[in-house]
Amino acid sequence: MMPERAKALALPIALLLVAEIWTRALHVQSDSLAPPSAVAAALIEALSDGSMLVATRDTLASAFAGLLASSAIGLALGITLGMFQIIDRLMEVTIETIRPIPSIALLPIALIALGFGYRMEIAIVTFACVWPILILSRAAVRGIEPRLLEVSRALRLSLGDQVRKIIIPASLPRIFVAFRLSAGIALIVAVSVEIAINPIGLGAAIMTAQQALRPDLMLAYLLWIGVIGYALNRGLVIAQQRLFGRAALVGEAS
Amino acid sequence: MPLRDRTNCRSPEPAQIEFSQVTLELGGKRIIESLNLAVKPGEFLCIIGASGCGKTTALRLAAGLYRPTTGDVTFEGQPMRMPRRDIAIVFQDYGKALLPWRTAAGNVSLALEANGVSSAQRGEQIDELLNKVGLPGHAGKYPAEMSGGMQQRLQIARCLAQKPKALLMDEPFGALDAMTRQGLQDEVLSLAQASHATVIFVTHDLEEAIYLGDRVIGLLPHPGRVGIELMIDLPRPRDQLTTREHPEFLRLRRELFDFIKASEA
Repeated sequence: MMPERAKALALPIALLLVAEIWTRALHVQSDSLAPPSAVAAALIEALSDGSMLVATRDTLASAFAGLLASSAIGLALGITLGMFQIIDRLMEVTIETIRPIPSIALLPIALIALGFGYRMEIAIVTFACVWPILILSRAAVRGIEPRLLEVSRALRLSLGDQVRKIIIPASLPRIFVAFRLSAGIALIVAVSVEIAINPIGLGAAIMTAQQALRPDLMLAYLLWIGVIGYALNRGLVIAQQRLFGRAALVGEAS
Repeated sequence: MPLRDRTNCRSPEPAQIEFSQVTLELGGKRIIESLNLAVKPGEFLCIIGASGCGKTTALRLAAGLYRPTTGDVTFEGQPMRMPRRDIAIVFQDYGKALLPWRTAAGNVSLALEANGVSSAQRGEQIDELLNKVGLPGHAGKYPAEMSGGMQQRLQIARCLAQKPKALLMDEPFGALDAMTRQGLQDEVLSLAQASHATVIFVTHDLEEAIYLGDRVIGLLPHPGRVGIELMIDLPRPRDQLTTREHPEFLRLRRELFDFIKASEA
């Protein structure tokens, strides 16, 4: 009898074994593939000499800074557009024109305006992450129980109090989902910017390993990015359950 | 001894809430037409009528949640342009009107916060209000952890926290079982008496209207207008058994019943 977790691990382990045997048996000499054991060794080496941790810090710093900036901007815009239909209609064309621009296409402009480094990367991450937050928070505000808004009208709550005490708490569970979505996007965009041009972080480290003809190190970085993405999502899912799970459970019980 | 002197209702004392020639159209449809209504301070007025007769709409006009298309709604002589904190409204759907992320205490606190009560004074007032509506010891519970009757009590507590001069109740007990309902009727009577607030109580339950009210108004539908007005001269305090067996109660019930039947025909 195998526990569920072990079952989930069975397939990846089997695949790793096959890859190991295959690459060793054929003496693969490749610029893009390496035996899993060599990848693992490279991962441990890069982790212990600190280079991977520095790169992780750079990427995550940019991703989180961009995520925070986009959350602030997206939330402010999303709540405003959700509350005031007229502003929403005024902004619609502008937003729908800017939104489809791929964030990576802003790279040349961002590079000229901000140069290499964190600022340029943060700006692009912010641009990419602002949309899901804006659109989902706007929908969340529109979806608030109208009776609650009447209660706040009957109590003559000021606009600030209405936002703080009714609108944000009422839409927070859905806003958090948007935040989770954007956290994933932030990591993807940060690494993409680094691979394309910015000489910092995990993306740049992958490019360096590739150019040094070190497929083992390159794959070690890929693996590591996967681990970070997984950990990030798990952490946010747990936070979501902690923050909103209780209310949801109570709601089901009644 | 009846604390409410019903003769007041007929005296020339100025009305607290007054509808004069109020017409309301929503989406091109005339919901209320030429409604005239004067409610005296401290009066307990019940509004009945077949569904769709505009009784809830009339209440929302009194609350300032709607503005009349023509005519005026005034409160203490001043035109109602928007809701006021000294008019509280109890909604029928308590489950939607309470903030699910706040505890019972937090929900009551919302009205105190709106009224600018300092946080130091809030705790004491919250306890007092929860006691008043029969919810002592439930301060830390979330609405979802409470029964329907308790949630409606909580909503009433939040409305009382506004220290209202007028309490507007929109079929507040419509979704509750008969026993809970009777208990809450008596509590609303004593709360209204203690606070001297005017009450406008919308219900589709004719007996409930007679049992609670100083006066009952029946609306006719399409568009809503006053069809019948009955003064309820039953002795107070009212009692669930003796009042409901009173010959006058039965006579009024027959009269209202005939009215509803005629209005639906």
